[in-house]
Amino acid sequence: MSTLVIAEHDNTNLKPATLNTVAAANVIGGAVHILVAGHSCQSVADEAAAVGGVEKVILADDSAYENQLAESIANLIKSISSDYSHILAPATTFGKNVLPRLSALLDVQQISEITEVVSEDTFKRPIYAGSCIATVKSSDAVKVITVRATAFDPVDASGGSASVESISADGVSDLSSFVNEEIAQSDRPELTAASIVISGGRGMQSGDNFHLLETIADKLGAAVGASRAAVDAGFVPNDYQVGQTGKIVAPDLYIAVGISGAIQHLAGMKDSKVIVAINKDEDAPIFQVADYGLVADLFNALPELSEQL
Amino acid sequence: MKIVVPIKRVVDYNVKVRPLGDQSDVDLNNVKMAMNPFCEIAIEEAVRLKEAGTATEVIAVTVGKTDSQEQLRTALALGADRAILVETDSLLEPLAIAKALSKVIEAESPQLVILGKQAIDGDNNQTGQMLAALLNYGQATFASEISIDGNSASVTREIDGGLQTIQVSLPAIVTTDLRLNEPRYASLPNIMKAKKKELDVQPIDAMGLDTAPRMELLSVELPAARQEGIKVESVEELVGKLKNEAKVIS
Repeated sequence: MSTLVIAEHDNTNLKPATLNTVAAANVIGGAVHILVAGHSCQSVADEAAAVGGVEKVILADDSAYENQLAESIANLIKSISSDYSHILAPATTFGKNVLPRLSALLDVQQISEITEVVSEDTFKRPIYAGSCIATVKSSDAVKVITVRATAFDPVDASGGSASVESISADGVSDLSSFVNEEIAQSDRPELTAASIVISGGRGMQSGDNFHLLETIADKLGAAVGASRAAVDAGFVPNDYQVGQTGKIVAPDLYIAVGISGAIQHLAGMKDSKVIVAINKDEDAPIFQVADYGLVADLFNALPELSEQL
Repeated sequence: MKIVVPIKRVVDYNVKVRPLGDQSDVDLNNVKMAMNPFCEIAIEEAVRLKEAGTATEVIAVTVGKTDSQEQLRTALALGADRAILVETDSLLEPLAIAKALSKVIEAESPQLVILGKQAIDGDNNQTGQMLAALLNYGQATFASEISIDGNSASVTREIDGGLQTIQVSLPAIVTTDLRLNEPRYASLPNIMKAKKKELDVQPIDAMGLDTAPRMELLSVELPAARQEGIKVESVEELVGKLKNEAKVIS
């Protein structure tokens, strides 16, 4: 039994979600290999080789993999898949894009967003926006799995000394090509990696008012998020969205401001360690999951909070 | 240009789903069903491409039981020209659904297939990508903007850090994200007209596919409940609790 973990990276650094995915692989048991597919990404392979408990890093360094488009990456993984009983990737937009394609190429039913490994073939995963947790047993010969990063504590980024084996490009596809990318530049931590997140909802009333959250975020070293309602209303871009159809976060502290607490939003944050809700509607469902609730007008509470931090 | 839009009948997004008493599955008795919200966005995008003169025909397809005809009629009321139900009595997994859809698409040979990025029941986020693999089409998932230029489509995708634009050769698979468009409501005259549009029923058994389940559902349970919290009276009290009790800020 051995597991292949698909590394999430930007050709320079290994993304932290990879470490949570390796943690899930360790629970399954057996040897863990990491595939780094990218371009000019030796530094990522070196980082992956240092990850605790990893036996081997497979490096596919080719211009065809620079933007990690699904068609070519899925073909590449397929070409080395016969060595593995499990193939795992983090349930990020990258993993969600590539793994189902791979899974169909292998004629395997993927298991999406697992939150617990029960045994080598049995896993728990949330369904219906996390309203229920399903335990499923897979009968496929190869298990293709995406991992909800927040459900597994990351392994050590150092302490390992895996060998690095280079492989050449295989099955490069020209069905799609990269045009450009607009990556939001921010000095704040990434939403999914932040230890504190402060999010705003429809109650913020406008995108401009998000500066009230940003001021507090900067004092706390926090990331800024939003509910789907705030994204739908055009207050902030979609990459702020926390919830069933956005990002899943589980920080040490989650502060929900002007968010009513629709099930779609709770699905993305209810595993946070401490939840604070600030809302002027005392009946808002968000208070049912909050450790500390403050019934107040956010336009009074936020400046006061900022002052006291 | 012909566009195929696969859709899914799911529990309405306002329904709070609970496990059955014996935890064997979720309790779907007497719950309200609806078209998956991301599928509504897919239909809307296809209909807009038709209204803009880019597309000539929009075909809504679903794989499901007889009652899925209801959601196909909704798709027709929203502007699809005709509909196809691949009928099955079994609850199929995404891979099996993708296989059935691939048969319909091979027969219809559209230039573009638009689907929702995920269904809000199983939250799998798989069918579009699987369909692309089975058909050997390019895929542009989580789309927030689509523009068709000749034999390719330029698609802006919602990715974790921001936006990515890629070009896919047609035919291609596109899956929709939230911001692609805001779906319209069906008007009463259009609901009436939809009743007369063509809805073709094809039994899945005639397709000769391996749709056997690969996963066994062992149990469905409620997630661990959070301990009940407290209400604080002031910002000052809140900051004090976070510092001294929860110790999450310093």
